[in-house]
Amino acid sequence: MIASLRTIALIASKDLRIELRSRVVFNHVLPFAVLVLILFGFALDADSEALSSFAPGLFWLAVLLAALLAVGRSLALERADGALDSFRMADASPAAVFAGKALAVFVQLVVLEVVLGVGIVVFYGASLEKPGLLVAAGVLAAAGIASAGTLYGVVASQLAVRETILPLLLLPVLAPVLIGATRAFGDAFGTVAVDGWSWLGLLGAFAMVYATFGAIVFGPLLEEG
Amino acid sequence: MDLAVSLRSAVVLLGRFPALSGIDFSVERGEIVTVRGANGAGKTTLLRLCAGLAALYAGEGEVLGCDLARTAGEARYWRRKVGFLGHETRLYGDLTAKENVEFAHALCNGGNSSADRSTVATAALSRLELPVRLHRERAHRLSAGQQRRIALACVMVRNPELWLLDEPHASLDVSGRECVAGIIAEASATGAAVVVVTHEQDIYESEISLQPNLRTVTLAGGKVLELQP
Repeated sequence: MIASLRTIALIASKDLRIELRSRVVFNHVLPFAVLVLILFGFALDADSEALSSFAPGLFWLAVLLAALLAVGRSLALERADGALDSFRMADASPAAVFAGKALAVFVQLVVLEVVLGVGIVVFYGASLEKPGLLVAAGVLAAAGIASAGTLYGVVASQLAVRETILPLLLLPVLAPVLIGATRAFGDAFGTVAVDGWSWLGLLGAFAMVYATFGAIVFGPLLEEG
Repeated sequence: MDLAVSLRSAVVLLGRFPALSGIDFSVERGEIVTVRGANGAGKTTLLRLCAGLAALYAGEGEVLGCDLARTAGEARYWRRKVGFLGHETRLYGDLTAKENVEFAHALCNGGNSSADRSTVATAALSRLELPVRLHRERAHRLSAGQQRRIALACVMVRNPELWLLDEPHASLDVSGRECVAGIIAEASATGAAVVVVTHEQDIYESEISLQPNLRTVTLAGGKVLELQP
């Protein structure tokens, strides 16, 4: 157990260190996500009320699109130069490798959500009413996206058309997250009359299922690589 | 005879094409075996099979006492004792030379403290004659030869019982080649088995050629063509 936790920390810290140095997330993924928010704003410019009420959905669409880049980047680090073989050759738990990769993506997504959260307040005029719900939904949704993204990222990385197949595989799978997180954020921003807390169950279950499933199948997927 | 590798009629498929077709191959502990052959002869596939990175389709094989036909989960343990240097360096370009070696060490020997990892990494890189000023340089900023030295340091810190080196001299200058030859000789002297795939003739003129436990295997078409001595 301690060895697995150490492996998780080792891989997550390695990925985050690489991201801090390469600044791919800061220089490419974050600007892309902010650009998506701005373009949504242009598309709905005439109606500022619509912008405010659609803000939760637009926020999560921007997060999902940017998450595709973050997940692709996370797996590209290992795919390049045969680094995946290092994990196969090490006596490291595949579940711990999966968790470490997913944890690094999770941290990046949380940073992304914070920036985009500020973005929808500034660009769309959204006002926050339930910060606790917002934080809980953001964390659970990020955990689900990171888990499913890492899992499908490894599946896609086995294929020659990995860059184009990842969105086709991942986006339909993430539909429950988009729906649940949008409802919860809608309640948190007071734009829809729903009980946002009730959607946290869906987000939590999604994250739990994909974290567990990913930890189980990551080993066989790694061996197929 | 204490065999580190023993393959009998081993067949490995790449797609539907047999990259190894019924090969018999063995390596004793403490022995150095150089593998030669033309492109496509099956040299790299042989190493990948010994590393557990390619699946045995038919035949039998044991590496470090473990059956190659066993499942992937069971295979994990023995692969930890194998050091494999492939064509690719497997380095993270945005990590420094030292961080790459520390990561390789930590992945296999997780229990060590960061101070231990630092000491081991510095020693390995110094043994490979990478100047100290380059230890903190990001890997992608270094030359191909320097990256090759870092990759070999990543293998060294695993303390493998079986070394599988695919053209370790690639991109190295004369001093680098001598250094690698010395490391191979040292590994053999400590009882490790070493398999070296090479196209280079000068390995037979290096320190390795003086080793009494040196054998050469020539492959052709996925089979052993010649065995010396």
